[in-house]
Amino acid sequence: MNKKTDVLTLTWILIAFCIVNIFFLVTGKLGFDAKGLGIITAVALTLAMYSFLYKDNPVFKIAENLFVGVAMGYWIIITWFNILKPDVYEQLIVPLFKDTGNAPQYTVIIPTILGVFMLLRFSNKLSWLSRWSFAFVVGLGAGITIPNFIHAFILKQLTFDSLIAASLPDSINNFLILLGVVSVLIYFFFSLEHKGVIGGVSKIGVWFLMIAFGASFGFTVMARMSLLIGRIQFLIRDWLGIIQ
Amino acid sequence: MNFFKRTIPLIIAFIMGIMMAFQYYVPHEASQSLLKVVTRWGITIAGFAVFIGAYSLFHLHWNKIKRKVPGWGYSTFVFFGAGITIIFGLYNGGEFFLHDKQEGTMFDWMYFNVQVPAGATMFSILAFFMASAAYRTFRARTSEATILLIAAVIVMLGRVPVGALIWEYLPPIADWIMSVPNMAAKRGILIGVSIGAIATSLRIIFGIERAYLGGGD
Amino acid sequence: MERLLRIDRRIIFAFVAAAVTIPLLIKFDLPVPATKEVRGIYDKIDSLPEGSHVLIAFDYDPASKEELQPMAVALLHHCFKNNIKVVGMTLNPGGTGLADSAITEVGKEYGREYKEDYVFLGYKTGVELVMINMGENIYSAFPKDFSGNATADLPVLKGVQSLQDFDFVVDLASGSSIEAWIAFGKEKYNFDLGAGCTAVIGPDMYPFLQSKQIDGLMSGLKGAAEYETLIERKSSAVAGMSPQSVVHVLVVLFVIFGNFLYFMTGRKK
Repeated sequence: MNKKTDVLTLTWILIAFCIVNIFFLVTGKLGFDAKGLGIITAVALTLAMYSFLYKDNPVFKIAENLFVGVAMGYWIIITWFNILKPDVYEQLIVPLFKDTGNAPQYTVIIPTILGVFMLLRFSNKLSWLSRWSFAFVVGLGAGITIPNFIHAFILKQLTFDSLIAASLPDSINNFLILLGVVSVLIYFFFSLEHKGVIGGVSKIGVWFLMIAFGASFGFTVMARMSLLIGRIQFLIRDWLGIIQ
Repeated sequence: MNFFKRTIPLIIAFIMGIMMAFQYYVPHEASQSLLKVVTRWGITIAGFAVFIGAYSLFHLHWNKIKRKVPGWGYSTFVFFGAGITIIFGLYNGGEFFLHDKQEGTMFDWMYFNVQVPAGATMFSILAFFMASAAYRTFRARTSEATILLIAAVIVMLGRVPVGALIWEYLPPIADWIMSVPNMAAKRGILIGVSIGAIATSLRIIFGIERAYLGGGD
Repeated sequence: MERLLRIDRRIIFAFVAAAVTIPLLIKFDLPVPATKEVRGIYDKIDSLPEGSHVLIAFDYDPASKEELQPMAVALLHHCFKNNIKVVGMTLNPGGTGLADSAITEVGKEYGREYKEDYVFLGYKTGVELVMINMGENIYSAFPKDFSGNATADLPVLKGVQSLQDFDFVVDLASGSSIEAWIAFGKEKYNFDLGAGCTAVIGPDMYPFLQSKQIDGLMSGLKGAAEYETLIERKSSAVAGMSPQSVVHVLVVLFVIFGNFLYFMTGRKK
């Protein structure tokens, strides 16, 4: 019985959606062109996604899988036009067959071969070649990380303002910052048992962490609500035209 | 064969890691050229990674269709969506893919009217679930949880215009929470995470950490 | 009371939907004073002379569009109004269309010309590798722009060899690219950096503000609304502040009421 009600509800919603859009197209509120049909498509997908809030349903699943496919297709094409075409095809292959005024960049062969090796990950016999590519990229990443992280995220972050500042509130704040950083670092140092003085300091660290996580939660709520506000603005402004 | 499968990758990782770590401290022009070339190569290699993601996705959904698992029909939409986008992309408004990317094509239409709304909506659904969780599960059971919730409430109200209307000191208190205790805790986490990242990098360079090789060692 | 605790969540969803939709329909304005974090970016751009070069990294995708696109548009309006040359790029493949459309549409509004006054370089992958490569030589990282033009010939890039030659760099991020821009960009090549981010990662940026590794921070839709207020061009971000306020109050009430019911039912037992 429930399934029948669900199918009926879905059918009525689809009919209502079609009627509304036909009305908009006929009255000229939405143009019968790429832009107008685009808005209708976008609204259909938006509402299909939101249908999940009522219940998981086929319309949501279709929209979700369609989105995943389109996103992957987009990524592939953008990679071709932005990376593989200008950096490999036009620098190495085109100059070999056409006079472009530039000599072929033969050094591009090395990263191209390593890139192809990376794809051999899925081959049963040759997957070991992909390890060379991953080793290159991972080793490169590890090497550049060490000095840059030490400089930017440790040395620069260990500079504290003076505890004797221009005003008392500033001094208190600077002290609290120092206390917070040290206590949080001690909390995360699990090689020492959190007992006695260490336990007391790490407890202070926990309080600082709880305040930080509360702030993060507040900001996360703000972020998600902002996304929702944006979508509702789209629906009532660009589709229904109720607000400007 | 073990030499090619195991030893050479470890040697490559070691050489690249040591070279790039020391390069940072060498201001010579040759060192800068090396950095430029190596990072250039890294960008090109990383460009091929999209095909790994694509293969994984398509392989997963193809298996679902092949084995006719429950819900296999939805997987056809993945191929439909990807196929139509790739075809439009390669068609490139009639210029085809060997020419520069054209503007205002069907490929762009798919992006703005399928990917953008669907992607934007997908994450906005979380707004509803956050509100539901706030009502049903966020409980001040312990003193730590109470501190967390109080901080969250102050920041949530202090960061929106209505906060100043409720109590004039809410925004400054929220700002203080962000600039002092939040900043201190986040700095502690940042330093800790950075030390961890440096330690992991050293382990990779010296061959102790080998997970990136992909197993079957 | 127990029944109230176990209420169908779809009723809560309906409350949220109403809390967002009704303020948008009624339309009441709330003041959005700018915080010093957002002022940091505004003042920096305002201080730049005409003809300066600003790099904007649109490192976000459609999932974060509602927060970051208004920020990007406000920033672009400010730059073009002040006759600043804008160079755009992205490290996120999903952000290319959004970035290209933002730069082109806002540029046209001010009568600015592509290649002369602004350019969108496009997408490159590798995050820190791209930053380092741009830091060494921007033309090595981007030999062509998004439309396929050779970057070495572009008038807008005259005088720019690398990241060091930019007067200001702003990263609009939905992920961890701001930290990467700091570690592999700003600290290495010494340029001024501002950041715009989703509210989710906003709290994580405060250590960099305090250590002056970023000059300013726009966090979430509120950050975008503050910037719109500063440039005196109120748009969708400012309009979003009234539903944002209402829904925040609603969530706070949910938290308080939920805890109240929980403790009352607990006491009854």
